[in-house]
Amino acid sequence: MAFLEVKSISKHFGGLMAVDQVSFKIEKGEIISIIGPNGAGKTTIFNMLTGVYSIDAGEIDFEGKPIHNRSPQEVVSSGISRTFQNIRLFSNMRVIENVLVGTHIDTHYSFLDVLLRTKKYKKYEAENTVKAVEILRSIGLGDRIHDYADSLSYGAQRKLEIARAIATNAKVLLLDEPAAGMNPQESEELLQFIRTLRDGGYTIILIEHDMSVVMNISDRIYVIDHGKKIAEGLPDEVANNPRVIAAYLGGEKKYAENS
Amino acid sequence: MKNILSQMLLPQFHKFYIAAIILTLIFLPLLGLSQYVLRIMIMIGIYAMLAMGLNMLTGYTGQVSLGHAAFYAIGAYVSALLATTLQLNFFIAMLAGVVVAAISSLLLALTTLRLTGTYLSIATLGYGEIIRMILLNWEPVTNGPLGVRNIPRPSFLGYELTLANNGIYYLMLVLLGIISLLCYLIINSKIGRAFIAIKEDELAAQFMGIKTTGYKVLAFVISASIAGAAGSFYAHMIRYIDPNTFTFDTSILMLSIVILGGMGTFRGMYVGAAILIAFPEALRFLAAYRFVVYGLILVLMMRFRPQGLLGWRSSNPYRLSKQVSEMLAQEGNREITLKPFEGKEEAVKG
Repeated sequence: MAFLEVKSISKHFGGLMAVDQVSFKIEKGEIISIIGPNGAGKTTIFNMLTGVYSIDAGEIDFEGKPIHNRSPQEVVSSGISRTFQNIRLFSNMRVIENVLVGTHIDTHYSFLDVLLRTKKYKKYEAENTVKAVEILRSIGLGDRIHDYADSLSYGAQRKLEIARAIATNAKVLLLDEPAAGMNPQESEELLQFIRTLRDGGYTIILIEHDMSVVMNISDRIYVIDHGKKIAEGLPDEVANNPRVIAAYLGGEKKYAENS
Repeated sequence: MKNILSQMLLPQFHKFYIAAIILTLIFLPLLGLSQYVLRIMIMIGIYAMLAMGLNMLTGYTGQVSLGHAAFYAIGAYVSALLATTLQLNFFIAMLAGVVVAAISSLLLALTTLRLTGTYLSIATLGYGEIIRMILLNWEPVTNGPLGVRNIPRPSFLGYELTLANNGIYYLMLVLLGIISLLCYLIINSKIGRAFIAIKEDELAAQFMGIKTTGYKVLAFVISASIAGAAGSFYAHMIRYIDPNTFTFDTSILMLSIVILGGMGTFRGMYVGAAILIAFPEALRFLAAYRFVVYGLILVLMMRFRPQGLLGWRSSNPYRLSKQVSEMLAQEGNREITLKPFEGKEEAVKG
């Protein structure tokens, strides 16, 4: 059984079939990418995986247990965390506070512990703060912990989002267009960082619409167009697949009509 | 000159300033202030408490309440009625006021759980009016428009606290201190961070595993409890309450203090209350025009300082506890490889 297995999930909004019977699976420690043109339904898939949307049909299993149609909080506590296409940091909070919010889920002290500043409170706060600093150091933001999140550069904000996702004790990271808006050097650094995460044992699902970004990094690529999976396989296979080329460039007449 | 000024504002001096302000507040009444001035200062204190409470809900959690006078009223009436009919001690009556305010806010929060933003504000507005109407019309209990009279003064260990012996003033300082401390403790914890995260981006907060609904209800209850405490203190200070004290205007005044002072700050609540309560008094020489000027000031404030008078971000570094600094120093700059969470060891054993 796969680590995370998505079995023909579907979602429609009124008459529009946003996601139509998409299946994929990912093993522990893999990087897979979901690519496709704008509006293909990639982010909808993420939203279904993370509990934003309920699914109309199909099943999502994580570590052998179904996780579909759960609340986002339940999905996060099962070990799946995500970032957003349009950065959603807590911009009026400091960098370290953003990551500390990520540790919320594994902080088990009560209201009374807060008011009395008990040992338990102090222990959790100290451990979480150290953990947050460690994550930020390893992601290259160690010298920015005191800054406010919105004072960071675009690339650094994307990194902070990943740091925040890691802090939730995630095993699977869903990264929604992490390289969007980055210059080639920044995105190369980011890909390098994603590789080190994978080497550390994280399982990563990337969404991209830029094929060149994911070619070198993915173990497998799934191509989505108009809500349907049109191709899957190794990067090379996908890149040479005529249906994929058609979806991106509008090659064949059949696909050109749809778009 | 500017250099000296910025030197003076360095974070390591902050505690001296705070200590100086507190000492001034303690010794101020000994200067023989008139009862009129003292009463205004106490009103400032009460509104600072109310603003502290509303700040937890609006300033930190981002939920705007337009009916907070309801909880102020509940605290005042419950406490006043218990003290006049059952001759309960002020502190017990106050506790009862706080509890009833908390319960009623819980009921309101639970019925409006699904509402967000403007819709929630309108629901709270309606709630404020309902409570006022109940106070007006439930005559056998609340005495209707005549209000509750002869509310006993607070007494402490048999010693009656009055305006003349400054007892009321010091009680105000103590209550404000306790409320400020509670807010400080809550904000500097995972609860406070959850509040702020909800205000900043509720969806992102959910993805951090924060049970946003629960925390919004909690913010509501904390906020209402504080308003209840302030109401109870007000009733025993002024010794006469009627429904006209707890109108929509009062709710708006609280909200104005929070916004004008600077949402999500503590200092803003004290200064905001001081300005908005003292201004109408200080502007008395303008007679009929004073509320025009008052309104104008508010408009100009919002035009030129929308973040509030004291709504700036702290430029101090984030405070790491001594324990954390030591742990980090021990670690030095060793290379860290991030590894996914594999469950706590004891969890594996069990």
